Amino acid sequence: MTTTTAPTRSWYKRNEIAVTPWLFLIPGIIFFALYVIFPIFQSFWISFHEWDGLGEKTWVGTANYERLLGGDRKFSISFWNNVRWLALYLLAIPMGLFISLFLNQKVFGIRLYKSLFFFPFVISQVVVGLVFSWFYLPNDGLFDIIVGTVGIDVSGGILGNPNTATYGIIAAGLWPQTAYCMILYLTGLNAVDPEQVEAARLDGAKGARMLWYVILPQLKPATFIAFVVTIIGALRSFDFIAVMTNGGPFGSTRVLSFYMFEESLSEFGFRMGYGAAIAVVLFFLMLIFIAYFLWSMYQDEKGAR
Amino acid sequence: MNSIFKASAAALALGVASTSAFADAHSLAGELRIVSDMSNPAPRAVMEGLVADFGALNPDLNIELEIVDREAWKTQIRNALSANAPDVVNWYAATRMTPYVDAGLFMDISDLWEDPAMDALASTKGAMTLNGAQWGVPYTYYQWGVYYRKDIFEELGLEEPATWDQELANCQVIIDSGRKCYTIGTKFLWTAGGWFDYINSRTNGYEFHIQLANGEVEWTDERVRDTFANWRQLIDMGAFIDDHQSMSWQDAIPPFLNGDATAYLMGNFAVAAFRDGGLTDDQLDFYQFPQINPDVAPAEDAPTDTFHIPAAAQNVEAAKAFLLYVTSADVQGEINGGDALGQLPVNASASVSDDKFIQEGFEMLSNNASGGIMQFFDRDFPAEMASAGMEGLQEFMVFPDNLDDILERLEETRQRVYQ
Repeated sequence: MTTTTAPTRSWYKRNEIAVTPWLFLIPGIIFFALYVIFPIFQSFWISFHEWDGLGEKTWVGTANYERLLGGDRKFSISFWNNVRWLALYLLAIPMGLFISLFLNQKVFGIRLYKSLFFFPFVISQVVVGLVFSWFYLPNDGLFDIIVGTVGIDVSGGILGNPNTATYGIIAAGLWPQTAYCMILYLTGLNAVDPEQVEAARLDGAKGARMLWYVILPQLKPATFIAFVVTIIGALRSFDFIAVMTNGGPFGSTRVLSFYMFEESLSEFGFRMGYGAAIAVVLFFLMLIFIAYFLWSMYQDEKGAR
Repeated sequence: MNSIFKASAAALALGVASTSAFADAHSLAGELRIVSDMSNPAPRAVMEGLVADFGALNPDLNIELEIVDREAWKTQIRNALSANAPDVVNWYAATRMTPYVDAGLFMDISDLWEDPAMDALASTKGAMTLNGAQWGVPYTYYQWGVYYRKDIFEELGLEEPATWDQELANCQVIIDSGRKCYTIGTKFLWTAGGWFDYINSRTNGYEFHIQLANGEVEWTDERVRDTFANWRQLIDMGAFIDDHQSMSWQDAIPPFLNGDATAYLMGNFAVAAFRDGGLTDDQLDFYQFPQINPDVAPAEDAPTDTFHIPAAAQNVEAAKAFLLYVTSADVQGEINGGDALGQLPVNASASVSDDKFIQEGFEMLSNNASGGIMQFFDRDFPAEMASAGMEGLQEFMVFPDNLDDILERLEETRQRVYQ
């Protein structure tokens, strides 16, 4: 037997390649499980109870869901507002694209212009909301004065009228979100291959055709990220609503996240079970998009190999 | 000064009926932790003064005062009571106490209320009672009522209205002069609750109002509709300022100051803001909400702010002594004085500030509130009913035609909340 003269290597040494990545991942996994995964299941569990956050939980089965999906008007208003947010918030992507195309040139002071356009994303959403709520003020607000000159008078002001309030808030939200999409596209445009542009130009492509067939395909990664960020932003829209209308007038600007907060954590809330049920519904709505994003990322990874 | 307190504190501390009215204050020792929501400048100074004075009386007691933002406290109290509870906290009277009483987080201090010194607080005992026991002590309250522009009333030749008909007639004159009768800001909903409290209790009486708050009457009841019909008379006249749904109560003050609106149904705390805005006492006056149904006795909104001892308090003895101290006649007169809180003392033998509005309010609540004292919409109604209710009231004020729909919604909420 002339085999192992060297001392037996330790278990760790033998499995180093396989184990080390996990060792590095452990802290992340622990915290992710503790602060993300575990609370998700906790929410599921709470949503089957009636609980004021202080006393004993009472098991009520699916009663919260029956009430929620069986004609709770606040829920349906919140849901449709969420749909509005989703649809209109996506406008930030084309708007961001066009601003970035506009700013993607080399003239004196362009950095200053870029940073001015990016500015709304830097300031807090609360500040943006406040500024817009002053902008929308009935009678004294700039918006009311401007539309007043062409003879339009929104009764109650944009934020006081249940038909316009949600759109007013979305418009406020679009301002910083457009800036964010713009930055994503500006970095994307840096990576556009000049040789392809050159070649396309030789072939006589310009204007819209150039944009659609040459530039946009190369911006696909930026578009994907912009899409993900905007969808998630639309579903989490909370700050603007809390600052600008507080869910009013008469609850017409609620979205699911705000309704969830109101039911579970606000001054008149502490119906944890019902709030958790809303959270679960919101979770599944988000899951549709998250699953799609994960799937398309997976497809990309596969394609890259 | 404070002899009542000293006697009571000593009696409590020694556990015997002390014959010495001036037993030394060494009996209180250790730590006393107080968390207060009196975060506005004037109340804050009052609270700090209270602690300093109480500390001077009890040199061995180490008092730790933490002042929390008043709005934030409304949600923070839950955490404060359940983990590492302080010895004394601020809160509100009536139904607002229910969640903490039910969860066993407030200490039953009925024994404190048996102290003879507490007899002077009899008028507010009801508001501190739940399930047959007392859960805290009040330290201040304030009247609600109609604050109006006396100068404009004089200019138009109007008198303070005593009845609903006079009220409507007055309002018509005011509207004809190009002004609005009332300013209000309903963005945060509760201001509309004041209007409902008054019109409902004036129309149907205090008993009915409390039955409604307790969920014993349907919202679709004909009597509730009567209330809204009365309210609607004002709305249809155009008595309220426009766009009130996007204004806070502070935003609604400027129309009152510049004379676009002549009156404001508000709590007495607003007087400071009126005066800061430049109104003098010659321009500003107060009247009680007018009578609607002559058969019912007038009830008044007079919200009471309170002190409580958490069930998990460490230094109960000192906490109880502090509560007795706060409610004693001298201290009550001092902290509610015109240069302090500027509100009404809860102790019947305390001196009342000579401020014009406090005097009027005291007079009104003592002699002309035989119907009863309401704590305000969001304190008398349980939380979920209150939030749904105030939202409905705001909608009614903007779209009175939606009333049927609103009442059905509220009835649906009532059936769920009180079961």
